Amino acid sequence: MSLDVSKLSARAIRDGIAAREFSAQEVADATYARIDAVEGPVHAFNELTPELAREAAARVDAMVAAGEELPPLAGVPAGLKDNMNLVGTHTTCSAKILEGFQSPYDCTAVRRLLNAGALPIGKCNMDEFAFGSSTENSAFGVTHNPWDLSRVPGGSSGGSAAAVSAGMVTVSLGSDTGGSIRQPGALTGTVAMKPTYGRVSRYGIVAFASSLDQIGPFARNVEDAALVLNAISGHDDMDATSVRESVPDFTANLADGVKGLRIGLVRDMLDLEGLAPEVREATEMSVRTLEGLGAEVGEIDLPTSRHGLAAYYIIGPAEASSNLARFDGIRYGHRVSDATDVLDLYMRSRTEGFGPETIRRIMLGTYALSAGYYDAYYGTAQKTRTLISQEFEAAFEKFDVLVTPTSPTVAFKIGEKAEDPLSMYLSDVYTIPMNLAGLPGISVPCAKSGSTGLPIGVQIVSKHFDEATMLRVAAALEGALGLDMTPPLV
Amino acid sequence: MSISEADVRHVAMLARLALSDEQVSRLQGELNSILGNIEKMQELDLEGVEPTSHSIPLRNATRPDVVKPGLPRELALLNAPEAENGAFVIPRIVGAEEGA
Repeated sequence: MSLDVSKLSARAIRDGIAAREFSAQEVADATYARIDAVEGPVHAFNELTPELAREAAARVDAMVAAGEELPPLAGVPAGLKDNMNLVGTHTTCSAKILEGFQSPYDCTAVRRLLNAGALPIGKCNMDEFAFGSSTENSAFGVTHNPWDLSRVPGGSSGGSAAAVSAGMVTVSLGSDTGGSIRQPGALTGTVAMKPTYGRVSRYGIVAFASSLDQIGPFARNVEDAALVLNAISGHDDMDATSVRESVPDFTANLADGVKGLRIGLVRDMLDLEGLAPEVREATEMSVRTLEGLGAEVGEIDLPTSRHGLAAYYIIGPAEASSNLARFDGIRYGHRVSDATDVLDLYMRSRTEGFGPETIRRIMLGTYALSAGYYDAYYGTAQKTRTLISQEFEAAFEKFDVLVTPTSPTVAFKIGEKAEDPLSMYLSDVYTIPMNLAGLPGISVPCAKSGSTGLPIGVQIVSKHFDEATMLRVAAALEGALGLDMTPPLV
Repeated sequence: MSISEADVRHVAMLARLALSDEQVSRLQGELNSILGNIEKMQELDLEGVEPTSHSIPLRNATRPDVVKPGLPRELALLNAPEAENGAFVIPRIVGAEEGA
């Protein structure tokens, strides 16, 4: 009988290897067999890395043979978003301009995940440079939602989400600038978490908006997400914005329950136009469930947060336009072969190499930073950011965690929003304020749509560096709901 | 504020993008629509509010001033579209008549 790892937790895999029930090599084989069976219609990966995975598996099996204590993620199959460098892989950001780019060094978060024993299975598809909420903006093809192949998996970390949802990997890493982990988590029925800004080093990830970007995990349960967070957190000399805050064991309090915790439902976010009634109901039901478990539940309004979307669509593109100035056709990336001078080389290499959404964001950001408009747009956005942070600070004097929807709707159809950038941007209205304030947030599957059967996620948010409380609430909700989030595809 | 076609062309030059007429025209419409929505932000009373560029309180991040190896040259050139003699190749910048 061949091993099936598609539903196993990270802990079950590690413990199974430690107990010699199966080897890490068998886990790698089972993983690629699973990928052979379901990757075709889903297209979660830009690149598979079986040689790297089998080398990592061999190291784990050697530890077992030597009787050594296994690290916490030993033999656990992991997907990596294709904006994270790992030597021996390409890092393309799903962009034509980076097609064939060979990683010159390792991303710190990836290195730490692999040091914890994880097997690097492959690089996951994404919206080009992480610009998007559907993974449709990939130069290498759309990723399909394992729950319904005619629908998007969300984005920008849609490949990382779909790979976990479809059981092709146990955990994966994504990056979240305005919701790019949490929103695809909600749309694929996975647990998806953005840590506090600064908790995880950004070294070796291709920058989108440096003051907002943060790496975090996808998993099929809260404990696995906590195990990944344990592995990747902590200060890194290579990223001066990574903090020296102590890193607790994020699994330690998962079973503590919510008795006595103060949980705030963000009431006015439920009144935003575009929120599907079934998502609203699922959010309220989640809060009632937590109340039933002994939490003290209240309500709060965050009226400034609704301006987060506007502030984000200035700050994000402004930082992106600056970060993407490095793509000049000289040091790496696509280069036109017939340039007449260096300006012509820059301009045509960039224009040929970038997709339409990337060009849109660069234009928006460059405009917002240009002479005469800087104060009106960038200055206003940064002041708005201050007010949003202050509003959250006040809310956390009353509550330990806040609860909101993750995404206003379930997974939408491929092509439905592709031609309408503004409606696509609204997908992240609930997740953006947390990036602006640097707060951690997690999306937990909380229901399935009555009409479509598609997953719905709820977002739990805590204070800076208090991921432990957020995870504790998430674990309590997960335990109480007891949902099976296996997509019908698999 | 409304963005004119000339604004789009000016910003494209600042961003080093060579847009076609069709791209300019489409982006003019899209940017006006997006910025029109963003201007809702101006409704907020921001008098006396300090701007935030970084969401987490962070003091200067210093480290000992110790020399460490950087990216080796072969890795820096690994992805170069064109390299020669350990250097990136670019089109001539100084005019031919000025000599090389």
